[in-house]
This record gives sequence, structure tokens and C-alpha cells, in this order.
Amino acid sequence: MINAIVVMGGLSLFLGLVLGFAAVRFKVEASPLVDKIDAILPQTQCGQCGYPGCRPYAEAIARGEADINRCPPGGEEGVRKLAELLGVEPKPLNAAHGVVKPKSVAVIDEKLCIGCTLCIQACPVDAIVGAAKQMHTVIASECTGCELCMPACPVDCIRMVPVQEDITTWKWKYPVIPLKAA
Amino acid sequence: METYLLILVSTVFVNNIVLVKILGLCPFMGVSKKLEPAIGMGLATTFVLTLASGASYLINEYLLGSELFYLRTLSFIVVIAAVVQFTEMFLHKMFPLLYQVLGIYLPLITTNCAVLGIPLLNVQARHDFVESLFFGLGGALGFSMILIVFAGMRERLEGADVPAPFRGTAIAMVTAGFMSLAFMGFSGLVK
Repeated sequence: MINAIVVMGGLSLFLGLVLGFAAVRFKVEASPLVDKIDAILPQTQCGQCGYPGCRPYAEAIARGEADINRCPPGGEEGVRKLAELLGVEPKPLNAAHGVVKPKSVAVIDEKLCIGCTLCIQACPVDAIVGAAKQMHTVIASECTGCELCMPACPVDCIRMVPVQEDITTWKWKYPVIPLKAA
Repeated sequence: METYLLILVSTVFVNNIVLVKILGLCPFMGVSKKLEPAIGMGLATTFVLTLASGASYLINEYLLGSELFYLRTLSFIVVIAAVVQFTEMFLHKMFPLLYQVLGIYLPLITTNCAVLGIPLLNVQARHDFVESLFFGLGGALGFSMILIVFAGMRERLEGADVPAPFRGTAIAMVTAGFMSLAFMGFSGLVK
């Protein structure tokens, strides 16, 4: 009986020491701030914040260079989450970087498209399929609605279509009733 | 030398732990949707199984002896859990991408019945230390091989014209059954 206790206790102690040593030897740093900020940003890669993508903006916020209210696709919700993460006061979106628009995707009018590939080069998330002198089309599930393709098109054939909510994408709306002081 | 070769051949083909002994089905079904995590899982399990086989033999032989046989399962599980935790920490540091890809399936190696089954089978067959190591290594190699083959097949099945009621897990189970049947053909390989 005592034998069993000693054996199990000794084994557990030894293994605990091995694991303790391994925990120190193979230590991994926790997720850095930039990754946490980047996880909050909407990954639209539109450049409205003034930086060439969501990751550079996240890095700028982490360095303290950029303010948190420069991302319209993230909306007020995104500003609030960033403020919570960084421990600062949330502020309204900076209108100099754009306004909040309803979620839309780009649609190419196939009657007008000339197959110039300029929109393909402009798209930051590679959502447009096509080749030179072939019909171009936007893959709706990949499009983030950043609108970078619209100024690129020489025949102006791209329009933004708001995404309709259907049974598969419907979500509960956050309550938008502002709480007024009595 | 001949014994060790025989052990390897027998554990990889004749007594394959997944298809013939029907052990270790959780990662077999769970990690075989894509080829990359299947290869990673096979390597991780090989590492764990070989270490666990060796460690379990030493514990059984020198720590437990002949009187503390009732502690066998308990101590084996403790050792396996420690080895898996060690592997997880090692992978997290050295191969973070693989760690992220395997996700929850890495700690689930602890509950992989093959990883407990092989040391127990070693005890039953009264293997010595080197034989235990080879048995563990061979078992894990067989496991990895079957995992990779199955992952390749499942990737192909994704593009095949499978009838609607069979899509997904159902056709995977049927395929596993066929593979098991096929491996029965090896049963006369080792005289």
C-alpha cells in the first residue's frame, strides 16, 4: 500500500519536474498587441484609414502613430472594441476618412466590360476573376466592398450593390436605442 | 535484427493498429479531411507513441515490478499525458503553424486508445525494451501511413460524385471499412 503511494507520488513528481523544465525551455511569447488589433479590424484592406491595408494600420495603432477612429468599415462598433482593447476613450469616426456605408459587394456590368484587367490589379483581396480581353467578374463571397476597383475601371462598369440579408446571413441587431439621461 | 524487422512488418501491415486492431479511430476520422494536418498528426503520434512505449516499459519493469500490477493503467496514462503535454509545448515553440493546424487534436492524442493500447500490448506480449520501442515505432508508422492514405482518399472523395445521403462522414466510414477489408489480405504474410 505504502509502496503504491510512493511509486505514484514519485512518478508524478518526476514528470512534473520534466514538464516544468519544458515549460521554461519552450516558452512562447503571448500574442503581441498588433495581432490583437488586427483581429478586431474588418480586413477590408480598403485603405480608407490612409494605410495600405489593415495590418499596417494595426501596426501604426500599436506604435501610437494612428488614432483608433480612422476605419469606416469597422464602424462605431470597431472603434469601441479598439478603445476597450487599448484602454482609451472611444471617439466618433473621423469623417475625413470616409463614412459608414451599408455592406455592399461590387458587381461588374458585363455588357460594358472591355477586359482591361485594371480592376483585377486594384483589388486588394483578389476577388475579381478574369484575364486580358476575357470577361471579368467579381466573386461575391470574396469581395469586401472596399470600392478600390471603381475608380480603376476606364469604362465605369462597376457598381456597388448592397448585400441583401437572407435566411443564412440574418443576425440579431444590436439595440440602437440611445440611453438618454433622465 | 530479424525479430525487429518482423515486428515492424507485422505492426505496419499485418496487425495495423487502425485497420486490423481498430484502435485510434478518433484522429483517423477527425484529422483526415486534409493531407497537411494528417501528415503532422502522424508525425506527432509517432513521436508520442515511441516515447510512451519506451517509458511505459521502463516503468512497468523497474517501478511497478510484479506486485504493483494494478497501477499499470494509471501510471501509463500519467506518462502518456506528460509526453503529450511535452510534445504540445515542443510543437508550439518549434512548429507554431503545425500547432495551430492540429489545434485540439494534439491534446486528444492523450485519449487516443492506440497510444494506451500499444504499451499494454507490449506488456501482454512480454517484449523487452528494444522490442517495445520497435513495436511502438512500427505501430505509429502504420498509423501514420493509414492516416495519410485515408486523407488522400478523402480529398479525392470531396470532388467525386457521391450520392447525397452518403456525403461527408458516411462515405468516409464506408471507405475505412473497405480499407480494413483490404488489409485482411495481409493476414498470411508473416508465417
